[in-house]
Amino acid sequence: MQPQDYDDIPGTTVFDAERSRRGYHLNMFCMSLMKADNRAAFKANPVEFLQRFPMSAEQREAVLKRDWNRMIELGGNIYFMAKIFSADGNSFQYAAAQMTGMSQEQYAQMMLSGGRSPEGNRSKSEGQDRG
Amino acid sequence: MASIYAGLTTSHVPAIGAAIDLGKTRDAYWRPMFDGYEFTKSWIKEHMPDVVILVYNDHASAFSLEIIPTFALGCAEQFAPADEGWGPRPVPVVQGHAELAAHIAQSVILDEFDLTIVNKMDVDHGLTVPLSLVFGQPAAWPCRIIPLAVNVVVYPAPTGHRCFNFGRAIARAVDSYPEKLRVMIWGTGGMSHQLQGARAGLINQKFDHHYLDTIGPDPQALVRMPHLEYLREAGSEGIELVMWLIMRGALHERVKVLHRFYHVPASNTAVGHLLLENQV
Repeated sequence: MQPQDYDDIPGTTVFDAERSRRGYHLNMFCMSLMKADNRAAFKANPVEFLQRFPMSAEQREAVLKRDWNRMIELGGNIYFMAKIFSADGNSFQYAAAQMTGMSQEQYAQMMLSGGRSPEGNRSKSEGQDRG
Repeated sequence: MASIYAGLTTSHVPAIGAAIDLGKTRDAYWRPMFDGYEFTKSWIKEHMPDVVILVYNDHASAFSLEIIPTFALGCAEQFAPADEGWGPRPVPVVQGHAELAAHIAQSVILDEFDLTIVNKMDVDHGLTVPLSLVFGQPAAWPCRIIPLAVNVVVYPAPTGHRCFNFGRAIARAVDSYPEKLRVMIWGTGGMSHQLQGARAGLINQKFDHHYLDTIGPDPQALVRMPHLEYLREAGSEGIELVMWLIMRGALHERVKVLHRFYHVPASNTAVGHLLLENQV
């Protein structure tokens, strides 16, 4: 992949055309969960349901483990992944807390306290400077 | 002749829709946020538009990765609320204005803004949450709505400069429509938020206040902001703010700020709301 200026932003994966290409089948699987029949089939037998989509073994494993950050690495997009955690009955805050390694309570409290500060979170080099 | 007389901006967080649908707007968590919309809810009853052009983004509901239009104008007679994975929101079907939409499409394409015409499309929380915030829970929406969906999901979104100029083209299109119609334009999305990765939960209140203070009197100071600055300062999903510039471009150079509201948080997001009226 070509290096991009936004690669310097820590903890952030920009869903660009290249990632959209790599994650195409993973995201289209997510999209299928907008139909109630597919949600039921996925819940009944997730491994079998995932075989319907030409995804990589790594992508399938990340879905089964609900490993959101790994899905993002493999081309997943948050608005598509939302179909998975919505089908599970979970919220954006639930998934966001997991991606940041916090409990949902800790994460919700951080948001109530004004959210994550941009200070020290703007660039990877800034983070390194601060040791 | 038709004309645009006012615009507004608002965030469109899905949890706001859920709070309305589940009757939680008076809960301690939500009440301060909903109170910030009371002014606009009263104002619009006295200044009801015939048509709202509603700029929003689809969140992998109507558009998957199969087709990704940068600008998509809803030209249908009506638009159903989308099933986003937990059933459609219990809100009225959106009645479009197919004649004005077709006129806008023809006008802006000849004005060199090559948008996509959409004649069948469900609309998700990006469009219905702003309607609920401003109109509450009526049996039918009180005006016609033309959806204008902007791609901000697959990078890159259109530039702020492009969005602003597109707004100007929309205003020219509306001005050249022969029927007398009172039109509002709404720019939705934002403000700072990031929903993904280890930096999820980012909120930049300083950035947001500057944006709110500047877009009315001096939008030219914002139109050249590079995408990298949005991503860095306002979070990966904060780039939705470029949609506000379509709204701003469609208004006059001089606008009066009738109402300004800012609140943190609504779930993961900073909520910003402005009501702007055209000045001559």
